[in-house]
Amino acid sequence: MTAVEPNRTARAAALEAVDLTKHFPVRRLGFHRRVVRAVDGVSLRLERGGVTAVVGESGSGKSTVARLLARLITPTGGEIKLAGQPVTGHSADLAYRRRVQLVLQDPFSSLNPVHSVRYHLYRPLQLHGMTEGDPDAAARQLLTRVALTPAAQFIDKYPHELSGGQRQRVAIARALAVRPEVLLADEPVSMLDVSIRLGVLNLLADLRDTEELALLYVTHDIASARYLADTVMVMYAGQVVEVGPATEVTDQPAHPYTQLLRGAAPDPQRAQVVVTTGRGSPPSLVSPPTGCRFHPRCPHAMAICKQTAPPSVPVSAGHVAACWLHTDSGAAR
Amino acid sequence: MTDIVLDIDRLSVAYGVEDNAVTAVADVSMRLRRGEVLGLAGESGSGKSTLVQAATRLLRPPGVITGGRVTFESADGPVDMLAADEHRLRKLRWSGISVVFQSAMNALNPVYRIGRQLTEVLRAHRPGMSTADRTARAKELLRMVGITGDRLNSYPHELSGGMRQRVMIAMALALEPRVVIMDEPTTALDVVTQREILGELIELRDRLGFAVVFITHDLSLLIELADSIAVMYAGRLVEHAPARDLFDAPRHPYSYGLRNSFPALSGPVERMTGIPGSPPDLSDLPPGCPFHPRCSFAVARCATDMPQLVPPAGDGSGRLVACWRHEGTEPPPAVLAVPTVPAAPIRTTVAPIAGGAV
Repeated sequence: MTAVEPNRTARAAALEAVDLTKHFPVRRLGFHRRVVRAVDGVSLRLERGGVTAVVGESGSGKSTVARLLARLITPTGGEIKLAGQPVTGHSADLAYRRRVQLVLQDPFSSLNPVHSVRYHLYRPLQLHGMTEGDPDAAARQLLTRVALTPAAQFIDKYPHELSGGQRQRVAIARALAVRPEVLLADEPVSMLDVSIRLGVLNLLADLRDTEELALLYVTHDIASARYLADTVMVMYAGQVVEVGPATEVTDQPAHPYTQLLRGAAPDPQRAQVVVTTGRGSPPSLVSPPTGCRFHPRCPHAMAICKQTAPPSVPVSAGHVAACWLHTDSGAAR
Repeated sequence: MTDIVLDIDRLSVAYGVEDNAVTAVADVSMRLRRGEVLGLAGESGSGKSTLVQAATRLLRPPGVITGGRVTFESADGPVDMLAADEHRLRKLRWSGISVVFQSAMNALNPVYRIGRQLTEVLRAHRPGMSTADRTARAKELLRMVGITGDRLNSYPHELSGGMRQRVMIAMALALEPRVVIMDEPTTALDVVTQREILGELIELRDRLGFAVVFITHDLSLLIELADSIAVMYAGRLVEHAPARDLFDAPRHPYSYGLRNSFPALSGPVERMTGIPGSPPDLSDLPPGCPFHPRCSFAVARCATDMPQLVPPAGDGSGRLVACWRHEGTEPPPAVLAVPTVPAAPIRTTVAPIAGGAV
């Protein structure tokens, strides 16, 4: 699959991935050298002051992309560029992590239960040698930035004394402590109660605006991606199937898989009856289908879909879909 | 014979005893009609799971039922669920009321084949049935939920999460119960699978006529699925209304806040606010209405007196709401008094999935 590149020039790229690939080896008895193709040829571009949402079902590779970008795992192929500079090897890991921070899904396990909020916020500063100044003031200021106010009330608390939403705000504050340029958020609200999810999403939107953060928002919820993101990237079976401006992708999905996701999502405002096409489940990533990986489920599948992987076809400005239907030959159908 | 299959009357449940007791469900009344899909919405800790566990007598210590009545209209007449002994309950479970839990992956025994687990239900409750009949019925059940009969020989680990949840639904329907309780049955599944299973569920309900209590935290899902929705907060029912009315014209400030907590999939993208604050600690509930500290419509009375679940002033639609702003002495805030569209359909049906399978 060729790189999907939305034609953007307006804002500077904070983090870029080109043709990122991750194959996990399957260890079995014997000498089968089989791999799980978790991520195959994914390219993306995170801009300062912009939110890119990665949407997909479980097993689509969306979390693997976040982990690759955080350099928690090493890519099998492809390149990561931070502010235009290629990132290679592990020598610069500490410096990389100061600039690119990750927030995880579960705030109940991502904070250490035996340490106070103060410690959680101070520790990254120690690790990155940023301890000049008053650590207490720095921690208070971080809490204020994530709207845990008055800060004095939270700074000495332990994780068990906080609600889920407050814990996730502490996790975000911890990520912000080292003043990163890029924040990778892997399903940051899916473990939270519905009434407080919006508060955390709004906080992320504010951080994007006020601090010019580049934000990657990984989610399975297409409605929240539409709400928060500027760009939406849809993944299926380890590949990008569609990318474009958020409301355009969600409101006029071009790829049959995006259409399926959109149709399956609960939408009380929907006037007409729901008809979803393409039932079934995602394929095995050990031996993915030939051609387009969605073709066994696709209601529009043509002969070519079974043989050749589709190219990335521009649908409109900045909106690209990897689907034969949108090529000249497919459109004739 | 009455139309009501499950009547929960002023049920209260506490965890722990005496001084340490925490009231998880307080004075909840609701009635489930034959063939109705009742959505029970609420956040974690709101008592929705505890309520149905108590009503079906599946509640485990330290949970204690502290008051109320639950009547189940079985085929042989009404049963007082809270007074029924173990023997009686055993007969009722699966055949009268069945329950599907969220974690289908843990509900099936990993070392037995699917077929054995499905036929076991039949063997226990219908001893007269022959082995061949049992297998035939198990195959039929699987087909009902869209799984081919050859899967009877599979082990649970050979099935996907969605298929295992379907097997659980098939098992719950095996003895044609009148009431099926589903506790977050699709929360762990992907949206596409969720949509398929819900479509099948509604189809089966239309065909077999069982009533469903569907528990979820996802209000937007219930609006498409349920006939009526009951919203719980801090162990209490705060609003109960026809599904469409609850979404289009919520009366309780919490229902209103919940409705505005789900970003829309269409229309302009506008900043939404959700609900300020966090859900309360059940062991340290505020006095008066438990929602008042988070409520932007609260008046002085809300901090002192507990509102009762009653029809809002001047509303004859059968809706119930527990809020002082609707007791009638002064008009409620405009956003909580949106008129309901008279022609609004009581139920929106989830369409059966068009067969796009290859």
